[in-house]
Amino acid sequence: MPKTTTKNAGLTFQDLLLKLEHYWTRRDCILQQPYDVEVGAGTMHPETFLRVLGPQPYRVVYAQPSRRPTDGRYGENPNRLYKHTQLQVILKPSPSNIQDLYLESLASVGINLKEHDVRFEEDNWESPTLGAWGIGWQVLLDGLEITQFTYFQQCGGIDLDPISVELTYGLDRIAAYLQGVDNVFDVRWSNTMTYGQVRLAEEQQFSAYSFDYADAASTRKQFDLNEAEAARLLSKWNAANKKGAIETKRFPILEAYDLCLKCSHLFNLLDARGAISVTERAGMIGRVRKLATQVARAWLDQRAAVQTSAGAVA
Amino acid sequence: MKPRAKSKAARKASPRSEVDATTSGDLLFEIGCEEIPAGMIAKAAGELKAILGMQLSTHALVGATTVEESIETFGAPRRLVAIARNVRVKQEDVTREVVGPPKSVAFDVAGQPTRAAYSFAEKQSVPVSKLAVINTPKGECVAVKQVILGKPAAEILADVLPEVIREISWPRSMIWAGTQSPRFIRPIRWIVAILDGKKIPFSFADVKSGNHTEGHRFLGTKEIAVTGPENYESRLQKNFVLCRPDARRKKIEAELQSLTSRRGVRVHEDAGLLYLVTYLNEYPTVILGNFDPEFLVLPEEILITVMRGHQKYFAVENRSRDLAPHFLAVINLAKDAKGLVRAGHERVLRARFADAQFFWESDQKIKLGEYLPKLAAVTYERRLGSYGDKVERMRALARWFCEQWFSGGVTQADVAGADRAAELAKCDLVTEMVREFPELQGAVGGLYARAQGEPEDIASAVYDQYKPLGLDDPLPRNITGCAVALADKLDSLVACFAVGANPTGSSDPFALRRAALGVVKIVLEKNLPLSISAAISAAARFLRECPPKIEASPEAEKQVLDFLLDRARYILRERRGFSYDEINAAFSAGSDDLGDAVERVAALQAIRQTKNFPPLAASFKRIRNILEKSAGKEDQGQGTVKQTLLREAAEMQLHSAAQRIGAEAMRLKKDKKYRRALEKISELRPAVDFFFDKVHVMAEEEEVRKNRIALLGMLLKEFSTIADFSVLGSEDSKAPS
Repeated sequence: MPKTTTKNAGLTFQDLLLKLEHYWTRRDCILQQPYDVEVGAGTMHPETFLRVLGPQPYRVVYAQPSRRPTDGRYGENPNRLYKHTQLQVILKPSPSNIQDLYLESLASVGINLKEHDVRFEEDNWESPTLGAWGIGWQVLLDGLEITQFTYFQQCGGIDLDPISVELTYGLDRIAAYLQGVDNVFDVRWSNTMTYGQVRLAEEQQFSAYSFDYADAASTRKQFDLNEAEAARLLSKWNAANKKGAIETKRFPILEAYDLCLKCSHLFNLLDARGAISVTERAGMIGRVRKLATQVARAWLDQRAAVQTSAGAVA
Repeated sequence: MKPRAKSKAARKASPRSEVDATTSGDLLFEIGCEEIPAGMIAKAAGELKAILGMQLSTHALVGATTVEESIETFGAPRRLVAIARNVRVKQEDVTREVVGPPKSVAFDVAGQPTRAAYSFAEKQSVPVSKLAVINTPKGECVAVKQVILGKPAAEILADVLPEVIREISWPRSMIWAGTQSPRFIRPIRWIVAILDGKKIPFSFADVKSGNHTEGHRFLGTKEIAVTGPENYESRLQKNFVLCRPDARRKKIEAELQSLTSRRGVRVHEDAGLLYLVTYLNEYPTVILGNFDPEFLVLPEEILITVMRGHQKYFAVENRSRDLAPHFLAVINLAKDAKGLVRAGHERVLRARFADAQFFWESDQKIKLGEYLPKLAAVTYERRLGSYGDKVERMRALARWFCEQWFSGGVTQADVAGADRAAELAKCDLVTEMVREFPELQGAVGGLYARAQGEPEDIASAVYDQYKPLGLDDPLPRNITGCAVALADKLDSLVACFAVGANPTGSSDPFALRRAALGVVKIVLEKNLPLSISAAISAAARFLRECPPKIEASPEAEKQVLDFLLDRARYILRERRGFSYDEINAAFSAGSDDLGDAVERVAALQAIRQTKNFPPLAASFKRIRNILEKSAGKEDQGQGTVKQTLLREAAEMQLHSAAQRIGAEAMRLKKDKKYRRALEKISELRPAVDFFFDKVHVMAEEEEVRKNRIALLGMLLKEFSTIADFSVLGSEDSKAPS
């Protein structure tokens, strides 16, 4: 075994996370924290969903544990997880050397690019619930999908300008690859703990809840309640034509978005529970998308209004 | 740079131009891009050639006849390349004669230039002394020769090349530098544009053109200076880019061959995969990896799909064509000296196989049939209900097919078996294995059914339900499979047409064309006794009777029938070599029993070139015309022939010949001896010829005229039951869309 690989075999899950965060903070990214509402992907974090809207440049990196109830396997499948950890990077606007920057980040965690087969294979990303889509690739490392690389084109139904690039690293798999283990639960999280020791109970219990225990009727009710509350906020925002500056900047669009995220998660839960017929499915996705697109529009209007009044004061 | 021979045409064209406008050089144009999807590169290169060629000839930078040979284009993941030879570095000057006022106006009687002459000369910026007098259709006029100077090609190309980039079409393009920027398939990062060794300066989406290309992403130099086609390819090759797909494909093929032959195994051939990996790598190298032979207990279909679908590996077979525990991966590197890449791919494949094994075991914790209730939650089409509903219709229709066949003498037709196979057919759609590998639908159900002890006949029927997938795909291997496959396809056709989900030119989301082709192929090749229209009616009946109880209108049924017959015409022409007029002639005499129709087409094709046949066919066409002309006025020949009204010998002869030959032909037709029946019918020719020679159909006397028309009507009706000869000769009358 070559020396570099032996050394890499020591990169723990947490060191991988720290190194990548460090790499991107040194490239002017803000280090953010995971969002504290259940999300299915790092894209749903407001630091992506809302920040890619509008003209302001932004760079951010954060880890995002992402819950996908249908992917749960009670911790029994070596590769599938109810909750996996994404490392999310947003660069707005996308720099012209973005592919090089990304590849350098791989080198920074010890992957020798001349000795590994790294490739970009077509994979366009789309989230019907968020009214968002982009063009890009999945990045493969020796045949393993390690990153989703997307040039956002639309978000919340709004055409984006400038274009942001989104990098979503699959941290669990990259760690398993670097450590040369076949089972994600065998990944060394730290020098003393494995991924399984840290997370297995979560996988077992959340899988069981999603597939076996969740009460469909009450989950549905929660969906309806969250949706109604979000809709109430949004219609209130839309109804008030002339708001005072303070009222405007304090209006809780962000809460409306949180409620929308909750709907999205509850929908995923119902889906895993097998409680959604296919006809109903499209309808529910449409309901979440409606909230998401309204939030996106409201957020942009709010930012514009706040800026105008700030400009007027100055 | 080595000067190239000037084209003959170019040399001849401008012998008088002052500067040497005929000097030509080579154009190198490279669009450097982030990774273009592999499946789109070849098509884009083709478009690049067409668009650039058109622009070069429009701007007279190449001779029109040399466009095709002078341009070549090709592509690799990060580049589209065009090389054009013998491009003029400057447009030719064009001499144009500008005609002015008539001589009589331009010169006075003394031959002195008038004001009109001066004014014309001034307008043309020449002294009056340069005006010449020429003959025009309007008489003698003054004229002046103007030379329009050609523009330098570099100047033209600086405008044209950005346009060329813009014109290449993509299935789904993007923006990357703001909404004002142009679209392309992926961000463009560099552009090489060189003519005759010199840069053509322009910019596109904030990228400035230049003379630097990029090598392999990891193995090559980032900036490589080139001067034109003469060193472009060699410098790229030194930097680990094989820019020509042929070179990449040959390298892959050679390495596949050498890696397998030395181990006494061989590649599981896969042309589609070979194409894909040719366009996925700029410097492809093949490596061989291994997997645990214990995985070989999984069905081969699943192993191959895992290797091919997700990982794009070639499977490896031993001499007896069983899978061997190896795979061949094409990597974008020159070598894998330390075996790191191989180890990585092996680990990934191990995880994939472990997944597949997990699905194989967990899916089978319950029996295939127990998935059936879950199909109620899977929508087939919004208006047409769930897959659970579709299965109910398929069961009814599969049973119906077997009943038809059984009563038609096909003793293997098993009604209960077909019912069971149809019941199980769609269950695999809700298994994890099919969710993971959608291309294995059907196969997975069949494999589970077999592993769970369903009778082999039923397991194969489930396995084969989607067959045939195309013109060259095999049919379901047994009758039960044919019943299920037909039931699935015909239900899709009738149901979709019933709700107006017909395929359009560009969109066919339910793959109805393929379904129709499959129906026809099964019916024809299995030679199963079946009335197409009865089958369509049966499908419509089950659609009406089973939830969600949709009514198919008679028009919808007719549309399905026409749609199927169009596919039948297509197959008969493409695969059996019949011409459309033969097919139409036979179909006009009935196409409901397709197998029978084909026998009639074959008989018609065989007899068609014999001596008597073409004139007889022509006569039948004449008869049809006469009958059509008399339509409305007369009774279109529906009446019966009254022997007493037959006046002339020729019509009496025709009548008796028709009766005699008609009886014999009918007997032969009953025995399906179509060819002999047609030969018999050909014997009518002398009587028909004699009739038209001697008899005036449109006789004055109404009764006689009606009787003659009735005779012709009878003739046409009686002798068109095998094929309608009057349709022959109109080749393109009904080509399928």
